Amino acid sequence: MEWETVIGLEIHAQLLTKSKIFSGASTAFGAEPNTQACAIDLGFPGVLPVLNEAAAHMAIKFGLGVDAEISKKSVFARKNYFYPDLPKGYQISQFELPVVGKGHIDVQLEDGEIKRINITRAHLEEDAGKSLHEDFQGCTGVDLNRAGTPLLEIVSEPDMRSAKEAVAYLKAIHSMVRYLEICDGNMQEGSFRCDANVSVRPVGQEKLGTRAELKNINSFRYVERAINIEVERQIALIESGGTVAQETRLYDPNKNETRSMRSKEEANDYRYFPDPDLLPLVITEDMITRAKEDMPELPQQKRDRFMEQYSLSAYDANVLVSSRHMALYFETVVAESRAQPKLVANWVTGELLAALNKENKDISESPVSTTALAKLMERISDNTISGKLAKTIFESLWNQEGGVDEIIEQKGLKQVTDTGAIEAFIDKILADNPDHVAEYRSGKEKLFGFFVGQAMKASGGKMNPQQLNELLKKKLEA
Amino acid sequence: MIYKTIAQLSADLHAKKISSVELTQFFIDRIKRLDGSLNSFITLSEEQALTAAKQADEHFAKNKAGVLTGIPIAQKDIFCTHGVKTSCGSKMLDNFISPYDATVVTRFKEAGTVMLGKTNMDEFAMGSSNETSYYGPVKNPWDLERVPGGSSGGSAAAVAAYLAPGATATDTGGSIRQPAGLCGISGLKPTYGRVSRYGMVAFASSLDQGGPMARTAEDLALMLNVMAGVDIKDSTSIDTPVPDYTATLNDSLQGLKIGLPKEFFNEGLDKDIAQIIQTAIKEYEKLGATIHEISLPNSALSIPAYYVIAPAECSSNLARFDGVRYGYRCADPKDLEDLYKRSRSEGFGSEVKRRIMIGTYALSAGYYDAYYLKAQKIRGLIRQDFIDAFKKVDLILSPTSPTTAFKLGEKTSDPISMYLSDMYTIAVNLAGLPGMSIPAGYANKLPVGLQLVGNLFEEAKLLNAAHRYQQVTDWHTHTPEGF
Repeated sequence: MEWETVIGLEIHAQLLTKSKIFSGASTAFGAEPNTQACAIDLGFPGVLPVLNEAAAHMAIKFGLGVDAEISKKSVFARKNYFYPDLPKGYQISQFELPVVGKGHIDVQLEDGEIKRINITRAHLEEDAGKSLHEDFQGCTGVDLNRAGTPLLEIVSEPDMRSAKEAVAYLKAIHSMVRYLEICDGNMQEGSFRCDANVSVRPVGQEKLGTRAELKNINSFRYVERAINIEVERQIALIESGGTVAQETRLYDPNKNETRSMRSKEEANDYRYFPDPDLLPLVITEDMITRAKEDMPELPQQKRDRFMEQYSLSAYDANVLVSSRHMALYFETVVAESRAQPKLVANWVTGELLAALNKENKDISESPVSTTALAKLMERISDNTISGKLAKTIFESLWNQEGGVDEIIEQKGLKQVTDTGAIEAFIDKILADNPDHVAEYRSGKEKLFGFFVGQAMKASGGKMNPQQLNELLKKKLEA
Repeated sequence: MIYKTIAQLSADLHAKKISSVELTQFFIDRIKRLDGSLNSFITLSEEQALTAAKQADEHFAKNKAGVLTGIPIAQKDIFCTHGVKTSCGSKMLDNFISPYDATVVTRFKEAGTVMLGKTNMDEFAMGSSNETSYYGPVKNPWDLERVPGGSSGGSAAAVAAYLAPGATATDTGGSIRQPAGLCGISGLKPTYGRVSRYGMVAFASSLDQGGPMARTAEDLALMLNVMAGVDIKDSTSIDTPVPDYTATLNDSLQGLKIGLPKEFFNEGLDKDIAQIIQTAIKEYEKLGATIHEISLPNSALSIPAYYVIAPAECSSNLARFDGVRYGYRCADPKDLEDLYKRSRSEGFGSEVKRRIMIGTYALSAGYYDAYYLKAQKIRGLIRQDFIDAFKKVDLILSPTSPTTAFKLGEKTSDPISMYLSDMYTIAVNLAGLPGMSIPAGYANKLPVGLQLVGNLFEEAKLLNAAHRYQQVTDWHTHTPEGF
């Protein structure tokens, strides 16, 4: 039987507010345990939550970004359950009336096809603290620094049909929240997290299969691997006569397997009800206007503009707009260098990105500044250096060995563009190889490459290739 | 013996007839001497009180004193007080010292008042007799075999016995008005949102409201002037201007329309109480008010609706008492579940546990619509009843409670009959309206409270009506024998 995979994602994006969603405590990451939790975060008797309006502003921006309905009135609800890192015994979330309603995002798949993924809703909620099991023998530590950090939970429709599609969607949302500057997208620190609802059904069947919810898949790679392994498990289970149970499953990246955490029967009854400590969140026209004024050019818009304005391919444009910093870097280099945008695009998506990836650096941390790369592009464009030597110079720039012109000078990499000098090289090569010249002239034109190679070698690779070609041709055919 | 009101004490302090330290010492001595029989205080904060009194006297010396500077008051033990135990009447918080002050506490400090201590109360404000307190019941100073009412029984008894000239209290279903009525003092529950709930240990967040208790309406006005007003720390506090509540106390009542809900004057009402209320109504007619019969058709539903909504909210509000971060923790927990189960079983009393169970049930999947949502709909109907009523009248008058103070232990085994003692007060909380109780006479030597209910934010009108009544009666000046 042929099987179809159905995937929906629940993404938790930690919002980049300075203080927590319902208290004035700082949200900065990495402080000593329990130093960034005030009486409100600790759930002391008598404390009350007050909504941080910056969180609402960011939720509205996200809603605008995914073309969603923004609820004029949304309601905070209490999700009740007991856990040591949940100080109040309930999490303030949104249940029946979320701030962001139905929306969508267009995702480019690997084959270039654009697929629309629908978003069910996005709602505001507070994060819980962290239970630390490793550092304490025989007991558990609780760090409440994270308690009360604002989250936007983004729930998709079950629109994805493969692990790759799920990753493409996750990347699109990841890029979106960073563009909007509402989340830093740091998956390692947990500020961008994801759970996947995965099911399979026979191709052609309309009814959805029973789903499993996958947890602990907090990297793009894990998402893909966990979904694939879970799909394999479900298919094997059904084909051997079993049935899939509705349950929460934990992904173990070391064993590359998923295993049951809790079944539906064991699931909590969260006893949601509207939080009487908070008034409904009323979104005014004024708040929406302010969010609109605060909207950047979004990745899709930017991609379309790059293709049009810079005559870039869809592929190049997509890579460049995948982060706001990279797009800005690219445009800065183009503006500073007067070089062909295509040349700049090749360098940014090629050499630079490869070097960044190798050292696991973000483009904002690039050792090669936009000014340096612009200068390099200029020197290629004005034929001072060849493209090939430019790579050597780039390496020197990366290693902070000086400015472009300085390196060219020091290393003697300046391209030979003087016609007389080039002709001198050519004459010598032709004189040294009379047999080859004769063969060429009798029709063996493939030998042209041989002469180019010899001449280049003689000049140490510094000869301008175009000039060389022209002059060589002239001489051979004279 | 007729004791001085807050207004009179303020005048004496400003006239330098007495110092705040002397006044504070006077009340501390009385508490030490007399509270043994009443049990109205959980904590006496003598040292802090005398320090604050000294500071108040320095303000007088520098002529920087305000109306309430140097006035000693008591705080209900539900308000968090920085550095002073805040138990909420529970074993669960017997070891809890708050790291911060409730907004009400802060405002009284800023006004220069002196906190004498923290008053006894039903555990987590759940009760109508003060018998659910971990610290033992409070006795009614009018009859030590009887309850003072609850949950603010400690504050009511302390004011009635003049162990404090005024006290704070809270009212979720009648917890200011009912004990004020049973103890023969004046108490005001403001409009929901008028007084900040920040730092008030939550019982039922959509119903809880702090307010003052004192001997007279004038004193309540002075205290409400301090307590009322929007607080950025409480999202449900309301930003409407706070008038000077003393400014309109003497306004004429000529033409004031007073409504009597026919549902509250039926055969269930004690005959002696009915008689006393009728006498009070005549006083109001003499003062120029007109009397109208009105109907609150859904009032009978207020107790069942309340006993779904309040427990539902309490079941969630009290989840934080889990033995993890503060408060009671059981000895030697085996594991997390054991820690939760035993800390909560041992730390909470039976009435609190009963309400947590009821509330948890009412919010459970499959029951939510039938209980919680239905109760909310009834709440809407009750609110509408009052909206309709206030189209016809300015104030609503009734008894505060269907009976006078009952005997200790009389209702503890029958929670329903205990709940019914709040039948005239609960609807007011569900509608979020201001209400007060003032003393109106005695039935079998026990005080009878008169309840006045106003429209939203019309505390000034209530205080005006109460004050004019107190100008022509003297019930509020009485103090029980032995005190």
